[in-house]
Order: sequence, then C-alpha cells, then structure tokens
Amino acid sequence: MMTMDEFRGLFHNGLIKQNTGLVQLLGLCPLLAISNNVVNALSLGLATMLVMAASSGAVSGVRHFVPNEIRIPVFVLIIAALVTVIDLAMNAFVHPLYLVLGIFIPLITTNCIVLARADAFAAKNHPLHSVVDAVAMGLGLTVVLVVLGAIRELAGQGTLLSSIDLVFGEDAKQFVLHVLPGYEGFLLAILPPGAFIALGLLIAANNWYKARAEQRVRAAVPVAA
Amino acid sequence: MTSLIHADLRNALRTGVILFVFAFVGTAMLAFTHDRTEPTITRGQLAEKRALLSQVLPASLYDNDLLASQQSVPPDDLLGTRRPSALWLARHGGAFSGVVLEAIAPDGYSGDIALLIGIDADGNVTGVRVTAHRETPGLGDYIERAKSAWIDQFSGKSLMNPEPKHWKVAKDGGVFDARAGATITPRAVVKAVRSALDYFARHRAAFAAPPPAKEATPAKEKTP
Repeated sequence: MMTMDEFRGLFHNGLIKQNTGLVQLLGLCPLLAISNNVVNALSLGLATMLVMAASSGAVSGVRHFVPNEIRIPVFVLIIAALVTVIDLAMNAFVHPLYLVLGIFIPLITTNCIVLARADAFAAKNHPLHSVVDAVAMGLGLTVVLVVLGAIRELAGQGTLLSSIDLVFGEDAKQFVLHVLPGYEGFLLAILPPGAFIALGLLIAANNWYKARAEQRVRAAVPVAA
Repeated sequence: MTSLIHADLRNALRTGVILFVFAFVGTAMLAFTHDRTEPTITRGQLAEKRALLSQVLPASLYDNDLLASQQSVPPDDLLGTRRPSALWLARHGGAFSGVVLEAIAPDGYSGDIALLIGIDADGNVTGVRVTAHRETPGLGDYIERAKSAWIDQFSGKSLMNPEPKHWKVAKDGGVFDARAGATITPRAVVKAVRSALDYFARHRAAFAAPPPAKEATPAKEKTP
C-alpha cells in the first residue's frame, strides 16, 4: 500500500522537482510541435499521460518476468502495443480529436519520457506506485504543455481554446476566448521558433524561482541556528 | 567448460522464449483491437470522404453513389499531378451531372497544395477545398475553409468567367482577392483551379460518356 507521504512525494517529483518539460527536458519533440494552442496541448498531454499510466502499470506488473538483458525491447514492445491500441481506439471513437493530434499519437511511442519512466521507475517499483508516478509525470508534462500552448496562442493570435470545436463539436465554438479582440497576431509565436523561445523563457522563470527559493532557505539558516 | 556453454545457451533460449511470449501477447492485443475498431474506423473514413465530396459538389446535383464512382486517372500537367489521382463522376437520373477532381497546386509557398475541385456538367466550379498544404500558419493558411471563406469565391466561376486575363489574383489584375503579404499561396491555388477547368474541358466528352455496362445493370441482379 501507499502512504499519503509517498503519494505526495511522487506528485511533487513529477510536477516540480523532476518536471519533464522544465527540468528533465525529455520528450521535447511533441512538446514543441503541438503546443501552438491550448486545446492541442491539453489533448496531447492527456493522451501521453494515459499512455504513461498504462505502460508503467503494465511494465511494473511484468517486471519480475523480464530478464535484465531484454528489458528495453520488452518495454518498447509494451509501450508500442499500448500506443497502437489507443491510436486505433481514438480513431474509431473520438475521430475529430484524432484528426487534430494525427501523427503525434503514434509518436508517443518514441517520446523518451515514456520509456524513461518505465525503465527508471516502473521496472523497480510496485504497480500502484508506478501508475501514480506516471500520472504525476504526465501531469507535469501536461501542465507545461498547456502553459506553453496558452502563451503561444495568446501571443500568436490573441485567443485561448481556439480549436475547441474540433473536440466538442461545432457548438463549442462559443467557448473560444477572444482575449485580445482585433489583435493582428504575432506569427513567430505560432511557428516553431516561438515554441523554443517560449519554452526557454519558462525554463528560465522556473530556474529563477528555484534559485530565489534556495537563497531564502540559505538566508534563513543563520537565524535558525 | 561444456556446462558453461550449456548454461549460456539455456539462458539465451530462455530470454528468447520470454521475448517471444511478450511479442505474441502484444500482437494478439493489437489484432483484437484492430478487429474491434476496424468497422467503425472504415465507416468514419467513408463518412468523412463523403462529407468532403459533398462540400465541393452539392448533393442535389447527383443521385448516384459518388464514392463508388471513383476512378483513377494518370498524372496530368493540367492537374499538377505526378502520380495517378482520383476523380468521382456524378450522375443525375443516369445523365452526367458533374465531377470532383483531385488536383495539386505545385507552386505554393512551401510545396504542393492538394485540392479537391467540384465542377458541374456545364463547366462551372461548384466548390473547392484544400485537403493538404504546408503553407505558413497564420499567413498563407487562409485558403483552408476552416480558417476563412476565401476559397468560396471560386464557386460559379468557369473557364470563360471571368475572362482568361482576369483569372488571377487582384494584385495581378484579376478578380480573386488575396491578402496582402501572402500572394504566392492564392496565386498558386487560382492557377491550379483554372487548369483543372481546362482539364475538365478537354475530358468532358469522356466524363459524359454513358457509364460502362456493368454499372448500368440494375443492382438487384448483382446481389446473390
């Protein structure tokens, strides 16, 4: 079983301490490619989280039967099979969303964060812990993706949630937020360089915040002593 | 020594068998999912294709099964195609009433722009849609119907309407609007639509020819 502390520790690890997007910098290909608006970012983030939870659970469940020498091929096989199952299921049951995420669903297989968590965590831990770890890591990635998507969409076209109708149908068009009406748009933010620049700024902000927090701790030590 | 080799061999065999079991289970899982989702996926794809075709050719123009009328035509400069492309022949009451052509505008700002062009029996454009392109997002992508209504201005146009010298974007003295700063993309599309009309004019006789005998036989006789 799992204590509350362990649970909190795993989430702290996935969301902040080892955040895949800001700290580990793993799996940046989809992060940069699909973060041009909030809806795409959120959809791919959740799909990746789902794959991570399923694959970490599966890897952890079979970890005692997999010899060390062939663990990587077996893990890749498990991940690829799960991704394909999700790909087919999405194509069949949520077709409009499938059209948006298109090529990026199969590419989740090659996202190194999925294999990294399977090998570094799930292969050594209990299934429950592994699934929680995967969800936390996936959530950390999703948060960064969504923030990045929001920055790029806002700077690029002055809206938020702009293609929500692709997920929830034509009626959802009313949920599109025209934050800056009449905004001309800033093309660079939507193009790939915008992704690199925005991610760089996010990482810088995160590092600055961490450095400041450390400084405060250090400054506080003499007082405590 | 022999026992050492023996142990190695046994180990290799063991890992091999384990890998095989995982591969087998994985394959079985995929086969099962494929089997379960295939009908839904095929239905979805057909519905999508049908919806796309009905966007360029109004459903009131034909009463045949447009998807079933698909034909393959060899590459043609007028269509901008380098590989065989598809076309769909529409009939109303057995008479030729229009065609949907696949065409490519090869001179977009960043490569090919794939188009679907509907033309009625009189040679008027009934609709155009961009099905694939790599134009700059936010700049050249207003040719997509999802982004703007720009592509609608082709509807009702034909080879002689407007006259050939006005079959251009406004900037080149033609009748078709184009946004400032992104003229290459619409120029390519305008050119491609006009040459598709040209292609239609040259092949109209073949399109209008009565359908081959097997299509003409009543459907009842075909079902066993």
